[in-house]
Amino acid sequence: MKVGIVVFPGSNCDRDMYHVLLDVFKLDVKYFWHEDKLPKDLDAIILPGGFSYGDRLRAGVIAAHSPVISDVKRMADKGMPVLGVCNGFQILVESELLPGVLLKNTSLNFMCRWTELIVENNKTPFTNKFAIKEKIPIPIANGEGRYYVDKATLHTLQKNNQIVFRYGESVNNSVFDIAGICNKEGNVVGMMPHPERAVEAEINPKDCKPASVIFESLITTVGARK
Amino acid sequence: MSLQPQELDYLSKKIKRKPNDTEMHIVAAEWSEHCSYKSSKKHLKILPMSGPRVIQEKGFDSGVLDVGDGYVITVHIESHNHPSAVEPYGGAATGVGGVIRDILSAGTRPIALFDGLRFGNIEKDSQARWLFKNAVTGIADYGNCLGIPTIGGEVEFDECYTNYALVDVASIGFGKKDRLIKNHADAGDVVVLLGGPTGRDGMGGAQFASDSLETENRSAVQIPDPFIEKLIIEVTLEARNEGCIKALKDLGGGGLSCAISETADMLGIGIELDVNRVHTRESDMNPREIMTSESQERMLVITDKKKLAKLESICKKFRVTCSVIGKVTSDKIMKVKNNNVVVASIPAEIVANAPLLDRPSKIPAYLKELQKKKEPKPVSDLSKTIMKLLSCPNIASKIWVYGQYDHEVGIRTVVKPGMDSAVLRLDNGKYLAAKIDGNPKQCYIDPKNGAIGCFEEACRNVVCTGATPIGMVDHLQFGNPENQEIFWTFLESLKGISEFSKYFDIPCVGGKVSLYNETPQGPIKPTPLIGVLGLIEKKPLPPQNLEQGDILILIGTTKDELGGSEYYEYIHGFVGGKCPTVDFKESKQNMNAVIHIIENEWAKNAHDCSKGGLAIAVSELSMTSNIGCTISLDNIPSSKLPDDKILFSESHSRYLLSISKSNLDAVLDYLKTKKVNFGIIGKFEGKNITFSKSKKVIAKLSVDKAHDTWFNSLKDLVLHG
Repeated sequence: MKVGIVVFPGSNCDRDMYHVLLDVFKLDVKYFWHEDKLPKDLDAIILPGGFSYGDRLRAGVIAAHSPVISDVKRMADKGMPVLGVCNGFQILVESELLPGVLLKNTSLNFMCRWTELIVENNKTPFTNKFAIKEKIPIPIANGEGRYYVDKATLHTLQKNNQIVFRYGESVNNSVFDIAGICNKEGNVVGMMPHPERAVEAEINPKDCKPASVIFESLITTVGARK
Repeated sequence: MSLQPQELDYLSKKIKRKPNDTEMHIVAAEWSEHCSYKSSKKHLKILPMSGPRVIQEKGFDSGVLDVGDGYVITVHIESHNHPSAVEPYGGAATGVGGVIRDILSAGTRPIALFDGLRFGNIEKDSQARWLFKNAVTGIADYGNCLGIPTIGGEVEFDECYTNYALVDVASIGFGKKDRLIKNHADAGDVVVLLGGPTGRDGMGGAQFASDSLETENRSAVQIPDPFIEKLIIEVTLEARNEGCIKALKDLGGGGLSCAISETADMLGIGIELDVNRVHTRESDMNPREIMTSESQERMLVITDKKKLAKLESICKKFRVTCSVIGKVTSDKIMKVKNNNVVVASIPAEIVANAPLLDRPSKIPAYLKELQKKKEPKPVSDLSKTIMKLLSCPNIASKIWVYGQYDHEVGIRTVVKPGMDSAVLRLDNGKYLAAKIDGNPKQCYIDPKNGAIGCFEEACRNVVCTGATPIGMVDHLQFGNPENQEIFWTFLESLKGISEFSKYFDIPCVGGKVSLYNETPQGPIKPTPLIGVLGLIEKKPLPPQNLEQGDILILIGTTKDELGGSEYYEYIHGFVGGKCPTVDFKESKQNMNAVIHIIENEWAKNAHDCSKGGLAIAVSELSMTSNIGCTISLDNIPSSKLPDDKILFSESHSRYLLSISKSNLDAVLDYLKTKKVNFGIIGKFEGKNITFSKSKKVIAKLSVDKAHDTWFNSLKDLVLHG
C-alpha cells in the first residue's frame, strides 16, 4: 500500500511520520509538497503535525488554501482514508473537511505531555482494530488544541458516531473531552495527539501497542479493499 | 557604541589612513567584546580543545564530535542576556534562533535545544516573574514552531539577577560526517544572502551586548520569526544535499560586517559586496545600517556560479528570498559598495582580528569578607526545612517550564525532561545524553571550585543515564572585565574548567564568553555554565518505578561543604561558608563505578546529589516513584557532622543508586573491590520519607504532601504570584 504524507511549509512532524510508516510498519510512503498533484494510486493520505505557515492568523488556516487541498478533498470524497494529526487536524478543520474549530488551550500555553485516549468509534479506517473504550497512552503537543463545537453540532457528532477519540482526563477543556473526530462517512479522521510519537517502545514510557493499532487498522482496511 | 581611541589609532595605522564613517561602524561591530572576544581570547587557549572524537574544520561555528558509524553530532551554546533583559520574549526567542543557525552552518540538522534561565528573586520581584514567564514563552514559541525538541536546561533565581536575565541556549545537531560543510571558496564564486529581510532591528546589538545594561535599547533587540527559520533549515539542508554550498555562515552578532569579514578572513579570500542588492525590510537604509543590522533568520552562502540557479530554485520552492550580494575576489579585501560607490574597503584580516587585550586582575575584596562570616546555627525542625526547600523556586519541579516545550518532536527523546539528563537516540543505535549546569551561588564564594563543581555536576547528570562524557561546551558569563576583581573571577573559573577538562579528557568543543553582564545595581555573580555531552554505546538507563524493598546506596562522601547551598542561602539567608570542592581522583572513581553498574543493569535508577543535598535528592526519588523511604544517617559516608549538614551539604561526586535486592550482592562486591566510598543508607517502603539517626527519627514527611509542594510551587508562583 502507498501512503502520501503532505508537507506544508512549516510542517515539522512529517519526517517522524515518514519514519514510522517506513521503518516501523514497512509501508511504501512518499512525501508530497503542498504544491504537488497527488497521484491516483495512493491508498491513504496523512497530513502531519507542525506549524504550517508558522500558525500565522490561526493554526492551519493558510495551509487550508494550499493547492494540494483540492486534491485531498476530491480523494476524500471518493472514500480514501485521510488522517490529520495535530496541525493536520487543524488544517482539516479549517478546510471544512471536518466540523468544528480548534481554539487556544485554556492555559493559553503550549502543552506537551503524555495522556490517555479512549476509543469511541471503531468503524474508521484508523480505528477498526480497536475495541470500543480501549485506552491509548499517547503524547499531546499543541497550543491550539481545544476542540470546540456548539451544542447542536456536538449532538450531530454524537448521533453520527463522529467522535473517534476522547481524552481519559480533562486535558484542555475541549468540548466533551474530544481529542479526535471523523467526517460523517468516517474516512477522514483528525486527532490532536501524536500517534507517530507513541508506537515505538523505546520512546513510549508506557505501552506502545495501543497506538500502533491506529496504523495496523489502516493496513487492514487498505489490504481488505485490494 | 564606537571604537576606543586606541583602537581607532591602531586601525588607522594598519590601513595607513583614517577610516570613514561606514568603515568605523563595520569595525566597531566586529571589534566589540561580543564578536571579538578581545578580553578573553588570549586566556581561552588554556582549554584543551582536541581529542580523538573532535573534528576541527575551518569556520565551524559549532563543535563537532564523531560518534561513530559515519555520524557526527554538533553542539553550540550562546546567550542572549541583554536583549532578554529588555524584551524577554523576543530576546529569548532570537537566542534560540541564533544558536540553531550555528548548528546548521556546519551542515547538520538541529535535533535538540537546551536552555539555562536565570532571573531575580521571583518570590518578591514581579518584574523577575514577568521576565521569566515571557522568556519561557519566547523559547517555547520559537523551538516548538521549528520542531526542535527542547529537552533540558535549568532555571535559577538569585537576587544578583534583579532587573536582568541570563538566557543561555544550547543546541545539538546530528548528521553524516561526509555531509559536513567543508568551507572553501574561489575567486569568482557568488556570495548569496538568504532568509529574512534586513531591517532596522538589532542595530548595533553586538555593541549593546558589550556594555553594562543601563538603558533599555529596544532597537538593539531583534525580532523573531521562527517560520522563516524553519524554512531556512530546510533550504540549507536541501542546498547542501544538492552541492550548492561551498561555504556557509550564519548572521548573528555584528550582522553582515561580522559574517563577511570572518568568512573572508577564514578562507583567505576577498569579498566584494553591494549593499544595494541586500533585500531589506525598509527602503531607505544606509550602508552602515545594512552592514550592522542584526536582523535574524539570515544565512550567508558562497556558491559556485554554476550552482546558483539550483540554489535559487530551492529558495523559490520554499519562498525564501535570496539575493546575490557580491562575489569572491582574490585580494583578501572586504569591499563594500553602494551601487558603484565604494563605501568601505579594508583587508578582511584586519576587520576580523581585533587587537587583543591583556586585562589586569586582582583577587576581589569580598572574598576575604566572606571568609570572616560565621556560619549559621542548625535549624530546629528538619522536616519543615525539607518541605520549605522543596518549595524553593530553585528546587521545585520545573514542569511549568518544560511542559510548554515540545520535547517529543523528532521522536528521539528516550529519557524525557525532568530527570537527571535527557537522552536522545541516534540513527546509529547509540544514545546521547546531555545536560547544562551552572551554580552562581557557589561560583561567587569560590570562582574556581564553583566552576569545577558545575562541570562535575553536568558530568554526574549524564553519567546517571549510563553515558560516558565525550565533550563539553562552556559559557562564561561575568560582569565588566575592566573591573580587575571581576576579571580575576573569570580567570579563576576558566582555570578550574581547564583543569577538570584535562584530568578527565573531556575536550572543550565550543563555548562563548559573555561579559558586561551588569546593571546599575552591580554585576551578576560569576555564572559559568557547563554543558556536557555523554555517549551511550549500548543501552541507557531508563527511569524505572521503584518498589517496596528496593535498596538505596549512596556513593561518595558527604563533607562540611555548605557554602552556596540552598540550605544556607534560602533557609538561612546566609552567603558564605566553604564551597564544595571536587577530589578529581575520587570523582573519576565514582563516575566509573556508576557507569559500570548501569552497564551491567544492576541499578534501577541513578540520581545525583546536588541542590538541596541528600535530603532533596532522596525526596525526589520517592516523589517520582510515589513510594516512601527510610534512611539512616548512621550509614552515610561522612566525617562527623551535625544532622543538618549531612542532610543539606552539596558535596560533589555523590550518587544515589536504587538497587533491587537480587542485584545487591553484585553491586556490593563490585564497589568493595573497587574501593569506592559508599554506604547502604536505606530502603524504599511505606508512604513517608523518614530520616533517622541512632534509630531516632529526625525528619519525616509524607510523600504525597512533599510531592504536592514540590510539583506545584513554581507553577503557583508564576500563575498567582
